[in-house]
Amino acid sequence: MSGADGAHSESDTRVANPATPARDSRHLVELAGVGMTALLAAVMVAFLVLYWAQDLPVASGLYDAFRSFGRDMDAVLGTNVFQHPFMWQSIATGVLIGVVAPLVGSFLVHREMALIGETLAHTAFAGVALGFLVNATTAWDGPVLVVALAVGILGALGVQWLTARTNTYGDVPIAIMLSGSFAIGTLIVSYGRGLTGINIEGYLFGNIAVVTVEGARLMGALSILVVGAVAFTYKQLLFITFDEQAARVAQLNVTGYNTLLIVLTAVVVVGAMQVLGVILVAAMLVVPVAAASQVARSFRETTYLSVIFGQLSVIGGFAFSISQGLPSGGSIVVVAIAIYLAAIAVSGFSVKAISTRG
Amino acid sequence: MTPVVELDSVSFAYGDSVAVRDVSLTIEAGDFLGLVGPNGSGKTTLLHLMLGLHTPDEGTIRLFGRPVEEFDAGGRVGYVSQQATNRGGTMPVTVRECVTMGRFAHVGHGRLTEADRDAVANAMETVGIVNLADRLMTELSGGQKQRAYIARALASEADLLALDEPTVGVDAESRDAFYALLDGLNDEGITIVLIEHDIGVVTDRADHVACINTELFHHGDTESFVESDALEDAYGATGQVVHHHHP
Repeated sequence: MSGADGAHSESDTRVANPATPARDSRHLVELAGVGMTALLAAVMVAFLVLYWAQDLPVASGLYDAFRSFGRDMDAVLGTNVFQHPFMWQSIATGVLIGVVAPLVGSFLVHREMALIGETLAHTAFAGVALGFLVNATTAWDGPVLVVALAVGILGALGVQWLTARTNTYGDVPIAIMLSGSFAIGTLIVSYGRGLTGINIEGYLFGNIAVVTVEGARLMGALSILVVGAVAFTYKQLLFITFDEQAARVAQLNVTGYNTLLIVLTAVVVVGAMQVLGVILVAAMLVVPVAAASQVARSFRETTYLSVIFGQLSVIGGFAFSISQGLPSGGSIVVVAIAIYLAAIAVSGFSVKAISTRG
Repeated sequence: MTPVVELDSVSFAYGDSVAVRDVSLTIEAGDFLGLVGPNGSGKTTLLHLMLGLHTPDEGTIRLFGRPVEEFDAGGRVGYVSQQATNRGGTMPVTVRECVTMGRFAHVGHGRLTEADRDAVANAMETVGIVNLADRLMTELSGGQKQRAYIARALASEADLLALDEPTVGVDAESRDAFYALLDGLNDEGITIVLIEHDIGVVTDRADHVACINTELFHHGDTESFVESDALEDAYGATGQVVHHHHP
């Protein structure tokens, strides 16, 4: 894809500020960070696949090796975490959230659609409530997240429809959608409490223990889908985010890509609400991107740094949450905001450095 | 030769308020058309209609000979919107990334080729921003930004440049250089439609003028516009005409 390379044409010899050694090493660090994140995500997807296929011949050997690796980790760290497959389900979900949420968020934040994530999370909450109700009252006992996904996508299309009619991404239709779907969710919860007997607080505040095998597997599949879709439409999403009118004149299908972006957001939100909770899920779409935008020197770099910051937030948050026995969602968001504040401080220094120099 | 833009009895209203009434005009290949009129006269709306950003209530619009609603050669049109309405105010995008967007209409979902990168490099060279390639758009002055947007249009190898008040917020020296650049591009055969509040710029630079205030008051070559009363008619007695002179 595009990028900062392309140093082949003659005109580049005239570039006044060629890549400095500092900039080169910065690129290397970023690429290493992205590479490690990609590797980690691939290992996590591999774990989900192995867990699913653990009774098959080759996979069972690999799965046993993974389990013994987890026991070794516990022995070294003195914890009681990594030997349990259910913890790995949560960690895998978290790692994948750390990749896809900032990736989609890179476009949302710069479209001034930061609150869309929050809105769709509340819509998905209504979906979770509906899922529990359907589980309790019908013969269908599939994962509630599938219902949440369907409701979330419907909500996404609803927001799109409303904003198209008000001709702007104004916050009024978003506020109505946000509170309206949450209102419906609370009604379903209250109506169904006697029937379902299920505690929905886990989905509100986010909890490692909420992640089910199906939920983690769904997150794995959705992550592959989201990364693939963003990679395929990166150029179009970038153009539309930067200058929608010019993109329209260039005959891009702006409405189509907007719909894709908002549906991808719904997909990410539903996957992420298991660990982060409805109320905090938007933070992962917004905070790492805001931090990256403070220090990035290109949009490409913004997406890289967003994913790296997102991953650091998830891993740091998990470490804090596990060691202190606190909820995962709040821990992750607090770490993300710490990174954001650090990014502001760093960019403040560099602005000062530039202005004193020149 | 097929005209670049053909408007036939085009009308458009936002709800009840009519923005453009019964406008017919033709822009030939190689024209440099200045679009003038008072604030709120429907200039931007008319430009948006030409580019297919609005659908007319009445009348037909053809772009490069095709009905605008069927037009799909996005690379042929370069559009620079009013600076204030540009999105991405704080978005970290480099000049090179911005100019590269001009190739997106050509490459679709495919990868950028060496030819695409060359087109981007050439476009940046033409407008003189090669040394800014790795700077962020947010760090540029108004004049530099407009150059980057022009480069984006050039990178797409557009035959038609549509510019909506491109020099608002740009200092006088950069403005002169910018309009000299437009002249040069026009000499190479690129058709230009320019919305400009400064009548002096239009009469100095454009070879045709369309003067509108909801309706079309005048369309013809610049001499006939200067001799006509179209300006006074369109602006009315209370209108304020901006008329600096540019030697």
